[in-house]
Amino acid sequence: MGMSLLSRAHLFFQGKVSGETALRRSQGAWLLAAVALTIVPHLPYLPGWTIASCALLLCWRGWRLWRGKNAPTRWLLLPLSIAAAVGVRISYGYFLGKAPGLTLLVMLLSLKLLETRDMRDIRAVVLLCFFLQFGIFFNDQSPPAAIMALIAALAALGGQISFTDPASGTRARLKTSALLLAQGLPFMVVLFLLFPRVISPLWGVPHDASATTGLSDVMTPGSISELALSDALAFTAAFDGPPPPPALRYWRGPVLNDFDGRSWRLRLRAFRDLPDYTPSGRRFGYRLMLEPHQQHWLPVLDYPAGPVQGVRFSRDFQAVSRVPVSGRTQFNFVSFPDIQVGVNEETWEISLARNLPGDGNPRARVLAAGLRADTPGQSVQRILAWLTAAGFIYTLQPPLLDADSIDFFLFETRMGFCEHFAGAFVFLARAAGVPARVVTGYQGGYINPVDGAMIVRQSDAHAWAEVWLAGRGWVRVDPTARVAPQRIAGGLADSLRTGDTLPLMLRPEFSWLRQLRYRWEALNNEWNRMVIAYDEARQYDLLEKFGLNAFSLSKLFPAIIITTVLLMAMLYFWAQRARNGGDPLDQAWARFSSRLARHGLARQSAEGPLDYGRRLAAARPAEAETLTAICQRYARLRYRPPASREEIRALARAIAALRLEKDRIPHA
Amino acid sequence: MSALPAFVRSLSRLRAARRRWWPRPPEAAPIRLGQRRIYVLPTLAGLSFAGALGVMLVASVNYSLSLGYAFTFLLAGSAIASAIHAFRNLLGLSIQYGRVEAAFRGGSAVFHLLIDNPHPRRRAALYLTGGATARGEVFFDLPPAACSEISLALPARQRGVLPLGRAVIETRWPLGLVRAWSVFAPAMEALVFPAPEANPPPLPPGRDRMNGEATDTSRAGNEDFAGLRAYRDTDSPRHLAWKVFARGGELMTKQFSVPEGGDLFFDWRDLPGTLAEEERLSRLTAWLLRAEQDGRRYALRLPAREIPANRGEAHLYRCLGALAVHGTAREGTWA
Repeated sequence: MGMSLLSRAHLFFQGKVSGETALRRSQGAWLLAAVALTIVPHLPYLPGWTIASCALLLCWRGWRLWRGKNAPTRWLLLPLSIAAAVGVRISYGYFLGKAPGLTLLVMLLSLKLLETRDMRDIRAVVLLCFFLQFGIFFNDQSPPAAIMALIAALAALGGQISFTDPASGTRARLKTSALLLAQGLPFMVVLFLLFPRVISPLWGVPHDASATTGLSDVMTPGSISELALSDALAFTAAFDGPPPPPALRYWRGPVLNDFDGRSWRLRLRAFRDLPDYTPSGRRFGYRLMLEPHQQHWLPVLDYPAGPVQGVRFSRDFQAVSRVPVSGRTQFNFVSFPDIQVGVNEETWEISLARNLPGDGNPRARVLAAGLRADTPGQSVQRILAWLTAAGFIYTLQPPLLDADSIDFFLFETRMGFCEHFAGAFVFLARAAGVPARVVTGYQGGYINPVDGAMIVRQSDAHAWAEVWLAGRGWVRVDPTARVAPQRIAGGLADSLRTGDTLPLMLRPEFSWLRQLRYRWEALNNEWNRMVIAYDEARQYDLLEKFGLNAFSLSKLFPAIIITTVLLMAMLYFWAQRARNGGDPLDQAWARFSSRLARHGLARQSAEGPLDYGRRLAAARPAEAETLTAICQRYARLRYRPPASREEIRALARAIAALRLEKDRIPHA
Repeated sequence: MSALPAFVRSLSRLRAARRRWWPRPPEAAPIRLGQRRIYVLPTLAGLSFAGALGVMLVASVNYSLSLGYAFTFLLAGSAIASAIHAFRNLLGLSIQYGRVEAAFRGGSAVFHLLIDNPHPRRRAALYLTGGATARGEVFFDLPPAACSEISLALPARQRGVLPLGRAVIETRWPLGLVRAWSVFAPAMEALVFPAPEANPPPLPPGRDRMNGEATDTSRAGNEDFAGLRAYRDTDSPRHLAWKVFARGGELMTKQFSVPEGGDLFFDWRDLPGTLAEEERLSRLTAWLLRAEQDGRRYALRLPAREIPANRGEAHLYRCLGALAVHGTAREGTWA
């Protein structure tokens, strides 16, 4: 009867006990850890005030949690959220975009964590965590970012488990969430490989999807020397044969034709699927892995052959992507450096390359008139000779230039970087009547000894010139090579004056660091090739290997469904396996009872170990002693904690060593 | 946006209707939760999680984020795995019927279920509900490889026989994104006694063996301590001599001199006619409890039932049971 009827009658008038709703300390700690791990990778991309206020909010929440206090009132949070939104609007100047969106999400997550009280709040926090773990990939898709996202997801799942199952321990939560992620992994691999990749974006990518990096379609004095200090990777190229010699490592980017007295600009042109020339001569095939720069131009060795999927070609020999390069993208090019290009160039194109503004830079014009020779080829030689003889200094920190920038550079400062030399040369050539234009791009590149791929950094950004000569077409001229020949042969580090600051990695004393970096970049290159640049073309190749040669959505979706169902069936069979995980002591005990069950002595559901032992001893007198001993040992280990691991293992061994005699046939 | 909660509300209304109009026939114990009995569907939280994954997928497509795809698919895979975990959390449990504690109207009847977890792993965050009209609920965990007694308290709103009806055992472990559940109908019912009257009038005068002769009630309720004797298994714990036991002595039972009042005789027909039926039952209940507390012998006579004078827990239960089923369809069948 449990409780007697009379005492129950007394309880009759008492009220119910209300359930507790406060956040437990361990649950709060899980959530706090998940949020912190989620926000940390975002820190480099957040404005300072956001970092400070997030840290403050998290510390406040942690302190309240530690003191066992509840969330502060909701009325405090509304003005705080509005303030956060206003702050984001002020610090970015706009609202709808990726960077302000992520910043706002980070702020909202910190605020939401502050007010967590019930299950709905917690779900919102965990969901926001997942969004931000996803969001880091807008900025960073490197292996460390992926690992951080994985760790943060583990913590968020554990936080969720701490609420559905408050009684579980830290290790059990970690184990369950790790198991869930591990079981999600095959789904990830299959869906990643099979989910149809669409080339064009669903809607326009907002302009701030990522700030443009690298060269742009305008060159003003100082724009490339800024880049030269950046050690960031621009692209890698894996050649299918020997790489080209250093003198041929000119990677053509935007070709700048129009000069307004200060800046050189790109001229908009029509594009075609095939370039204007026929390939001949030496051949260099390579796989280009381009870092995202949010622009269309591609750095290619002169002169690429077409067609290439997703790439078009312009009249001035640029290769241009159809869509802005917003993610790490891979292209396969074949270049032929020995082709003569533009021999039969259109006259209007040639006259475009002679255009100069009506006035400005008078001294340069006078100089050019003096340097003019009988043939354009001779004019070019005389200009180059003059530049070499005039004693120019190649430096990363050139002085600022005045209004007549060419004049000022040529006759006053005489200190400059490649863009100064290229710009001044093209000006002089045009003034001397030679068709010429500025070509920007990259020059150089190192072979990574680890994987043999060529690495080109932003510091390899360069500007040179090309002139049009009758009968020879467009010919590359690099005035910087005349002034600072080491720049072309040995790279930036060799060509600068001592005393100029060099990027850390280029300093000779850090060679060990360079070695480490080579390894890291080889790994990154592989990661980019296999994972990040996996796109429609890569998917096509892969499926062809598996015999799905007619690549189409109507085949991809059934493939996805079939493999997903297969994976679910595997999970289902895993669930059916009874003996899985759990306490080793219980496992040993379950093994013991199931072994005896085979001899018709299954343990009753409500039977204690000692009772069971007595029953076993009665039923099997021959083995009574061993059986009773095992039951007693189990009871002792189970009900008198803490049992040491050695004791549990010893019991498991004893159970494994148990030899039960075959049952005799019972008498009829 | 408001369509979804409305839809869910109407679904739950549908479920309530189903409980009422489509009861399951009671099942025999033990009930083993096999794969055919376990259902799995996403919760509202699971649907919003799926929505979030959809947003992530669209963003991955639009910005061609390879790791975005990977992360989205990883979370989707984990959510699918969590559905299997929820299913596995119920799989293989077996349910036996335990005892049932009767209740007074307005209190709660407690149904004890013995749930056996034969597997060497803990079953976390289980939730059991039951009851046809008034629902009771209990949250619990099951330790590994053990049989646990789970008590489900059902509000007793109506006097009579309260069946447990359709019971649902469910879990949202581990992520709360899916709900795995199993429905069963245990053949269990509880008696709901009338609520005892709060301030009943004093007990009616005792009589000598139902013969009608009134005896002196002035000493009714005065229990005179008469001495100690050795404890017997059947003795009420209220009469144990705890002080003696606490001093390290034998377990003794206090003996009282039988009050001089004679047997009490509670008769339905003797109650004032102004009282409604439930009020009469409430008063009789209060009197029965009082008489038992005072240690007196009492008899009960109802229009359809007569219980001779006796005393003790079993007798009290019998009398209260008779009051509980009075006037209901079960009146004849309840012994």
